[in-house]
Amino acid sequence: MFFSPAIRRRPAFREGLRDMAPVALGIGAWGLMTGVAMVKSGMSVVEAVAMTLLVYAGSSQLAAIPLLIAGAPAWVVLATGFCVNLRFVVFSLHLRPYFMHLPRWRRLVQGYLTADMSYALFTRRFPVPADTPEGRDAQEAYLNGGCYVTWCAWMGMSLVGVALANLIPQSWGLGFAGVLSLVAIVCSMATTRLRILSALVASATAVAAYALPLKLNIVAAIGVAVLLCFWLERRLGLDPDAEDDA
Amino acid sequence: MRGETDLWTLAVIAGLAAVTVLTRCFFFILDRPWGLPEWAHRALHYAPAAALAAVIAPEIVMSNGQLIDTWQDARLYAAAAGAAYYFWRRGVLGTMLAGMAVYLPLHLGLGW
Repeated sequence: MFFSPAIRRRPAFREGLRDMAPVALGIGAWGLMTGVAMVKSGMSVVEAVAMTLLVYAGSSQLAAIPLLIAGAPAWVVLATGFCVNLRFVVFSLHLRPYFMHLPRWRRLVQGYLTADMSYALFTRRFPVPADTPEGRDAQEAYLNGGCYVTWCAWMGMSLVGVALANLIPQSWGLGFAGVLSLVAIVCSMATTRLRILSALVASATAVAAYALPLKLNIVAAIGVAVLLCFWLERRLGLDPDAEDDA
Repeated sequence: MRGETDLWTLAVIAGLAAVTVLTRCFFFILDRPWGLPEWAHRALHYAPAAALAAVIAPEIVMSNGQLIDTWQDARLYAAAAGAAYYFWRRGVLGTMLAGMAVYLPLHLGLGW
């Protein structure tokens, strides 16, 4: 919780700031593009600002945009956001021993503020949870230094993107930049043969089932892809953990 | 909902914020330790890539609810260029820029 002055005064906070600073440029650019994509896809400025300030998760925001524009029912948007965010569920299992000494509301705030890069730098710097109060304080401060840089870069540049978007004509099709960013994210997830297959099968199913009402093609695509991968795993005797490098 | 604010959308946005909290805190919301059933652990391997691919595929190969029947569509080449860039150099920003560098000339120049 970087808004707490007590945490900001600890020396490890500055170390966290320093380590995250080089990454801020990339996070800011991704935020800028997300801001532009939200408005250029047809969301209002109020909606885009609310999404930026509240959701704080780039890939689930970008995935939600086309669904919101198409008027998909809330549960489909939320279920899609949940699936896109599943990597955080894995991170949370890893972070649990680092956070359990905190009261619940602080765990929840801390978890909410810990995005991909903060998690990655934090667990690289501290491979094991501290077992002394001083060690825990230092770890908390380091993590929050990184979270602070990430939050400022993301929020600042997203809002700049929302503001700039109105200066750019709709006909340029800049909303497509959001889709291209998701192309990169899908490629980064497709690290095993079965994951590649999962993405391809889901793509084909989503297109083939497009006529389904309520954007259920997305749900159908996830279901078909996951079940097919389960079946192939068993059939070919593959071990997903051994195949996995993520 | 083109450029207009509606309460339903704002409510869904609030729901997405709750989804961010739920997923980022998943295993430390409760005090006692617990695990996922085995099938859910396995689904974690495939569901994220499937969800994103399912969202973007129609955005790349469909117009007005129909599969496009022409190769003259800037989105196809932009997505291919983006993916090629990703496997060459990695990085979300570069992928987006490479894709847009292909998309904008085709879309604005040739009207694809």
